[in-house]
Amino acid sequence: MTTLAEKFGRDDWTRFTLRQRMTRYAVIFGCALAIAWALTSIEVIWAWVWGAPEQIGDLFGRMYPPDPTNLETILKVLWDTVNIATFATTFAVLLSLPVAYIAAQNTTPNRATLWLGRLILVTSRSVNTIIWALLFVAIFGPGVVAGILAIMFRSIGFVGKLLGEAIEEIDKRPVEALEATGASRFKVIAYAIVPQVMPTFWAVSILRWDINLRESTVLGLVGAGGIGIILQGAIDTFNWPEVATILIAIIVLVIIGEVISAFLRRRIL
Amino acid sequence: MSAPRDTWKKPPFIANPVLRWAVILGALAYFGWVGTTMPIDWNRVAEGIGRAGRIFGGAFPPSFERSGLLIDGFLESLKIAILATAGGVLLSIPIAFMSARNVAPKPIFYLGRAIIIVARSFHPVIVAILFVKAVGFGPFAGVLTLIVYSIGFVAKMLAERIEEIDFGQVEAMRAAGAPYFSTLTYAIFPQIMPRQIGLTIYQLDSNLRASAVVGIVGAGGIGATLANAFGRYDYDFALAITMVIVGVILVSEAVSGLIRKRIQ
Repeated sequence: MTTLAEKFGRDDWTRFTLRQRMTRYAVIFGCALAIAWALTSIEVIWAWVWGAPEQIGDLFGRMYPPDPTNLETILKVLWDTVNIATFATTFAVLLSLPVAYIAAQNTTPNRATLWLGRLILVTSRSVNTIIWALLFVAIFGPGVVAGILAIMFRSIGFVGKLLGEAIEEIDKRPVEALEATGASRFKVIAYAIVPQVMPTFWAVSILRWDINLRESTVLGLVGAGGIGIILQGAIDTFNWPEVATILIAIIVLVIIGEVISAFLRRRIL
Repeated sequence: MSAPRDTWKKPPFIANPVLRWAVILGALAYFGWVGTTMPIDWNRVAEGIGRAGRIFGGAFPPSFERSGLLIDGFLESLKIAILATAGGVLLSIPIAFMSARNVAPKPIFYLGRAIIIVARSFHPVIVAILFVKAVGFGPFAGVLTLIVYSIGFVAKMLAERIEEIDFGQVEAMRAAGAPYFSTLTYAIFPQIMPRQIGLTIYQLDSNLRASAVVGIVGAGGIGATLANAFGRYDYDFALAITMVIVGVILVSEAVSGLIRKRIQ
């Protein structure tokens, strides 16, 4: 039997070899360096940083107790927020169907449409909802339309990408079977492809609706409708107790949304 | 047995006909009612078509004249993302331990879960405005915002990983009489470390993305530059910024995916 010393050149046990340890130290050193660079060059007023806990405490202190006098308006706008999310999700899901179809390698008619599909998905996904909202508020003016369009444009990429991947992963035997019987392209899609991607379709739609509910709460901050508008108004007038009520309303909305989407997912899938 | 049919129909999506029609009618009623009562100013929307032409006319070609501002904005976003990831991940570790059912006592478990739920419920933009009001405009508000955002995600995922660990090692440590913190460092940390590192890299990518957005409400970084360009109707500069944001996001997504794949 060989001893540890003969086998490894040392007789004490360590978890990593010298080389592994050196790599680990180098990575840690690199991270520390990045953090030090960020800390020393970021333009912050350090006096504000030291005063921050006090300021934040003060802010929350002013929010207590929450003021429910405007609850009726808040609930009404909250309902608008839900509608923005629901409408935008519905339109986005419908529009993402053809995009997913041309962005999936196995169903796209040709190379050009494949790249067109991918371009639409990447553009839609990489531009954040808020940036879309800035654009649509500039075009259509403040209001619900800008909000719906912003969420829609962001969601098409998300739903389209996941749906496209689902189409790429389908079992292609049903497709071949239908094609062999001479079925039309439309019938192949309806009877061989759609049934296979249906579970993903519902799962993705529900997931996106849940995400959109959260996103639609902030659209108002750039003027695109929903609860964000009155939140911005309350903050601008330093009406902190009302801000607290709105924040609580948002949490409740998000939690209800999560419960509903969990319920639907269980029922459908 | 009923007479055999010679045609086949696709089975309906919802088998119960009463429920099926209720769902269809309910959906139609909802969309019809809400669609007609939504507060939409159609005249203003119609005007928008002309405006869209003007905006896109003004946006092309994108202007990279002030690329100095663009680069400064980006470096600031990067710094915000790095600091927020470092701070957020450090804070997430204790919170994750608090909210893992198998290692935390009941009251602490509920406290930890509550922190995560609150951090996750608020969109970073809402958190950003609150911090901008509390600590003033600039990158510091951005860092605080993204720390909250990171906690919501990293602590949740890490807590789930802690709940899945192999408990044998913890029991072995306890049987040997190890104190609480030694148990954490020797029995739990080695098991969750790979997930922790993967999450950190993912969160850095995610924070970089979010830092472009929180800037729009005044929390520093490239988002502030973008909001300013939009506010001054510099649509050509705004388009340039958006293009760079998209480019950087694609690159950072690819890099973070690559690193995570190599680690796991």
